[in-house]
Amino acid sequence: MGMTVRPGRIAVHIALILYTILALGPILLILINAFKTRRAIFADPLGFPDGQSFTTIGFDRVFANSDFGLYFLNSLTVTVVSLVLIVLIGAMAAWALTEYRFPGNTLIGLYLAIGIMVPIRLGSVSILRMMVELNLVNTLTALILVYVAQGLPLAILILGEFIQQVPKDLRDAARCDGVSEYRIFASIILPLIRPAIATVAVFTMVPVWNDLWFPLILAPGDGKQTITLGVQQFIGQYVTDWNAVLASLTLAIAPVLVLYLLSSRYLVRGLTAGAVK
Amino acid sequence: MADVSLQGVGKSFGAVEILRDINLFVRDGEFVVFVGPSGCGKSTLLRIIAGLETVSGGEIRIGDRRVNELPPADRKIAMVFQSYALYPHMTVYKNMAFGLKFVKTNKAEVDRRVRQAAEILKLSGLLDRKPRELSGGQRQRVAIGRAIVRNPSVFLFDEPLSNLDAALRVNTRLEIAKLHRDLGATMIYVTHDQVEAMTLASKIVVLNQGRIEQVGAPLELYRYPRNLFVAGFIGSPRMNFIKGQVLKMDGVSATIGFAGAKADIEAIPGSLKPGDPVTVGIRPEHMEETGAEAAPLRGAIEAVEQLGESSYVYMKLASGDDVIVRAPGETDAAPGGSYTAHVPSRALHVFDAFGVSVLPNHP
Repeated sequence: MGMTVRPGRIAVHIALILYTILALGPILLILINAFKTRRAIFADPLGFPDGQSFTTIGFDRVFANSDFGLYFLNSLTVTVVSLVLIVLIGAMAAWALTEYRFPGNTLIGLYLAIGIMVPIRLGSVSILRMMVELNLVNTLTALILVYVAQGLPLAILILGEFIQQVPKDLRDAARCDGVSEYRIFASIILPLIRPAIATVAVFTMVPVWNDLWFPLILAPGDGKQTITLGVQQFIGQYVTDWNAVLASLTLAIAPVLVLYLLSSRYLVRGLTAGAVK
Repeated sequence: MADVSLQGVGKSFGAVEILRDINLFVRDGEFVVFVGPSGCGKSTLLRIIAGLETVSGGEIRIGDRRVNELPPADRKIAMVFQSYALYPHMTVYKNMAFGLKFVKTNKAEVDRRVRQAAEILKLSGLLDRKPRELSGGQRQRVAIGRAIVRNPSVFLFDEPLSNLDAALRVNTRLEIAKLHRDLGATMIYVTHDQVEAMTLASKIVVLNQGRIEQVGAPLELYRYPRNLFVAGFIGSPRMNFIKGQVLKMDGVSATIGFAGAKADIEAIPGSLKPGDPVTVGIRPEHMEETGAEAAPLRGAIEAVEQLGESSYVYMKLASGDDVIVRAPGETDAAPGGSYTAHVPSRALHVFDAFGVSVLPNHP
């Protein structure tokens, strides 16, 4: 079989390669400069660390001068709890909305769709006021609540699409088998929409982990700072400790990278499902 | 084991009436086949019995219980789906055992039942496979196995063979018939294939446009179709229909004229009067090449199909009616020639202007 390379294909690949460089460039820059001396960072920002310029002083400073472990734990707590809640509540809501016909079904679906279109940051002031009244300022709970609200609409949309693709006969067969609705959801639907769950997990985790906005206004207090906020202390008004900033960013990238590598197989399948049958 | 009875069952989706006033009694141990063209409501009726659809009216009883309000699980039924509906992420063993986990069956009992069903269906070597590693026929057997292990009072089959190839279909059909003999359970089976209906059923229910047209044993429907629809649906190739007219009516004996031929038949007294238009039905396999007492039909041959053990001759009569004749063995007839078939009057079906049979010998 002869492979003909069409011009359209080449163009697409050029675009993709350019985008990859654009997306990965900054990350690579952070990674290589995190292991270089301050002088080397400024002298040759694109160079790889060599015997002379290699140093781990940034990491030493991060661990010595800040509560990096605590920030990391805060970020991890917020992200993992949000993720679990979004996937769980999202899947249940998606199941209810797609499987059962009840009054208000369409209305709720529409209401959730609007949540995708309106950025949650527009409500920052009201959210802050609400959190003050609920006495939740400077707690991780405040962040988790906001992130769950932010992630749910898209999660429900994606998961709903996938649940719809699970053949109706399967659910009917399970019902004839005497499986309860809860068990159908847990034992049949959830295992079959794993690719969608991976997709939702990545889509949800990245913005939550990277968010600076809500930690800054809702939980800036000592002991509650997330990693993105914690890094800020190395960026001073007059002096910025680039070694420490880059080192802490390197450490912050790691978990996202790990999650992505773990779920990328499912992620691609999730993104292309339905397109290729 | 249980009887199934439907009384006045109806089903509408919005303004669309899918089923109307269905009355049916299925005796314990019977093999009942619902047959009809697509969209006639047969699958909906099966799903209603299963409890997967609610009824708009009427009563369903399984055994001595009214089951209208019961969920499928409590009706003691098991259903086999056209798509097999195997859980793709579970092994064959788990597929079969899954339903038992929820009815408080102990592990040893579950294991015994699954292995027994696997034995019956020749699946013993496949218990650790996933559905995607099985062939169509094997998947079908797993679906049946999943029904067997539940030990239901009533088996429901929804077009279980339509995804299989022809050879496998015949095999599986025989296996299902054997299963019915061995288990003695009540089985209700939906198909659009009248051959499946004829071969499997102890009782056929012919449905059309949401109504029951006729209920009866296979040969009963073949011999005495109550109306034009059943006459046309049961039998392959389809029964020939020719427009005719009542020439004479005297008590129970009527003389019918059709396509230039004449035949004397016995009819229900008072059902016809001279001059009435009728439809004459004659099955392709009942036409004879020769015959003294038979009315002859002459026509131009349009096509010939040779099957070896028999041949089908497609001809057009002078009256414009199309007629198929099944001639035994091979034939010399060829398109362009003419052909004469004889119609024995005992093989005639006669339907009045409303399409209802006027033959008196209905059982």
